[in-house]
Amino acid sequence: MIILALLTIPFAAAGASILIKPDRVRRILVIGTAAVHLSMVAGLWVHPVPADPTAWLAVDALGLMFLSVTSLLFFCSALYSVFYLKRVAENPQYESSDDDVLFGHRLEARFSAWLCLFLGSMSLVCLCRNFGLLWVAIEATTLFTAPLIFFKRNRHSLEATWKYLVLCSVGIALALLGNFFMTIAAVVNPDQPVSLFLPDLIRGAPSMHRVWLKAAFLLFFVGYGTKIGLAPLHNWLPDAHTEAPSLVSALLSGALCNCSFLALMRVQQIMVAAGLSGFTEDVYLVIGLLSMAVAAVFILGQGNYKRMLAYSTVEHMGIAAFGIGVGGSAIFGSMLQVVNSAVVKSMLFLVAGNILAAYRTKTEDGVRGMLQAMPVSAGLWIAGLFAITGAPPFGVFFGKWVILVETFATGRFVAAVLFLFFLAVIFIGMSKTMLEMGFGGSQRLKMTENPLSLASPLILGLISLLLGLVVPTAVSDLLHQAARMLSGG
Amino acid sequence: MAFPMDSLLVCVVLIDLALLAVNRLVTLVRIAALQGVLIGGLSLYVGGADAASILTATASLVLKGIVFPFMLMRAMREASINREVEPYIGLNLSIIFGLALLALSLWLGFKLPLPVAAASTLIVPVALFTILAGLFLIVGRLKALTQIVGYLVLENGIYTFSLAISHQSSWIVELGILLDVFVAVFIMGVITYQINREFDHIDTNQLSDLKD
Repeated sequence: MIILALLTIPFAAAGASILIKPDRVRRILVIGTAAVHLSMVAGLWVHPVPADPTAWLAVDALGLMFLSVTSLLFFCSALYSVFYLKRVAENPQYESSDDDVLFGHRLEARFSAWLCLFLGSMSLVCLCRNFGLLWVAIEATTLFTAPLIFFKRNRHSLEATWKYLVLCSVGIALALLGNFFMTIAAVVNPDQPVSLFLPDLIRGAPSMHRVWLKAAFLLFFVGYGTKIGLAPLHNWLPDAHTEAPSLVSALLSGALCNCSFLALMRVQQIMVAAGLSGFTEDVYLVIGLLSMAVAAVFILGQGNYKRMLAYSTVEHMGIAAFGIGVGGSAIFGSMLQVVNSAVVKSMLFLVAGNILAAYRTKTEDGVRGMLQAMPVSAGLWIAGLFAITGAPPFGVFFGKWVILVETFATGRFVAAVLFLFFLAVIFIGMSKTMLEMGFGGSQRLKMTENPLSLASPLILGLISLLLGLVVPTAVSDLLHQAARMLSGG
Repeated sequence: MAFPMDSLLVCVVLIDLALLAVNRLVTLVRIAALQGVLIGGLSLYVGGADAASILTATASLVLKGIVFPFMLMRAMREASINREVEPYIGLNLSIIFGLALLALSLWLGFKLPLPVAAASTLIVPVALFTILAGLFLIVGRLKALTQIVGYLVLENGIYTFSLAISHQSSWIVELGILLDVFVAVFIMGVITYQINREFDHIDTNQLSDLKD
């Protein structure tokens, strides 16, 4: 019941936001939807719903973990959207013509509707138990975010949206082929239909046809990996994150990439059950390190601070994939990493939105002296720098630490050294840029900072700090449980 | 049973080659639609006789044969797109590439034998070739509209593949997939129109401002 409500409420809210005329009511509706969604997810923590093995929708540890992150980030973005939409409404350059189907007049109504649809489709990804439906949900997240990325309606956002749509649609089409390969791998008796339900697949995994299953894994990896933003298929990611409104970038980076990661983890559950984790390990290790390398190269000397954050997302998805490849307790490290980096990265994107609003430029050398001009945002920006690059006591540190220790423990010294090297390069690159933006000299006078623009990043920053200082037992239990699902324990 | 099936699958291959060779945009859209109808028909022929299978096969046939070409033609008219395909990789070279891809798909198809008896042994190689041809159209052509057609051909290929396992999938999922593809084509069509309005043509090589 509650699971169904998690899906229907966002979709109903999307319909309502198109119909509602006054902006103020609609903004309250979006925040209300987010708050109800978040409290229902919290309800799932308190009263877990037992999973029915034949259900299309159910919640397990892995799903609940990603659902909670998604719901939290959506709530913070919804709060922030009030600030953003108010500013857009005062800014006539966003006026659009009426003849336009997706984005026409009453731009804000459509923006809110797409945002709610996005929440609904992400919840579906976290809750669904059937591989076919999972595919449908992932493709839906792509389609619902495209208009959000295109919101600014200029040449650059057009380019970013087109790249995003084509690359991700093609990638996800290959994942659909992966679904069919998986079906073939699972055929036991030609007359009996194959069930693509997760529990059935896990049960049948040991007797699946190896060649087809391996081919299916590779197709899934390419398909969902494109959407996760793993190198070398990450090309859409920096453009989309840079051109989208900052609150959308925050959701893309923290929720969308993570949901696709969850889809890949569902495949991993089957590979582990089939006893093929040795085969998948190498793929995850190599692609994880490659993503970190690509991120390191492009972060160093990156002139655009939103782009720098986008590459940092590539890095973090790479780290998470690397942890899955290392296996053992590093899988728990990956789970920590996924949750913490999503929270911090979303916070940074929201602060980047504040910076963009104040300085009106995305180039880092146009932004100097933030500490004088906007002290709270600057404080969050610098704290975010240390949090995201993995300085203690923030949560991201522990994820990276657990992964690194396990890499050494399993004797992968070359991989561990490379891992450390890329982390160091990225730390140098990011801190140079971000510290200059904070401290560099400038004659800017102090501006008034809108409390609406600060609330969400503050909440996220505090959560990240909390997850580093004292991990609540409920959280660590859930993450351990999720990690066990991926290690066959 | 095998005779009409195999000849129709050979027609799908010929259509793929034609897609790589045509120069007029309208023809490209029409040929892709014909392929959609052909594959939809095949799935009616192979699929079960229950209401759900007939419904999904018919839905796919109507979408690919009528709705998509209509949408693409409309986008073309409204954006007054120039009629030529404008290949990035020349047409003759495209056909040579096409033949190489065909050889590759045949080789792969025989490397990956189906563990179950399918309606035809040609299904896997034909599906792979159609998928590769779709990818080639996406990479090897300049216009945004040709990339949409490429995406549709890719989808046709994947759909062909599902003929091998037509008794296995659930109709809810199949309808979901069709709905997704429909929305994808719709949104891509709108964006194509926007690209044309913004840049006066729909060459995607104009979309190259964003880089590091």
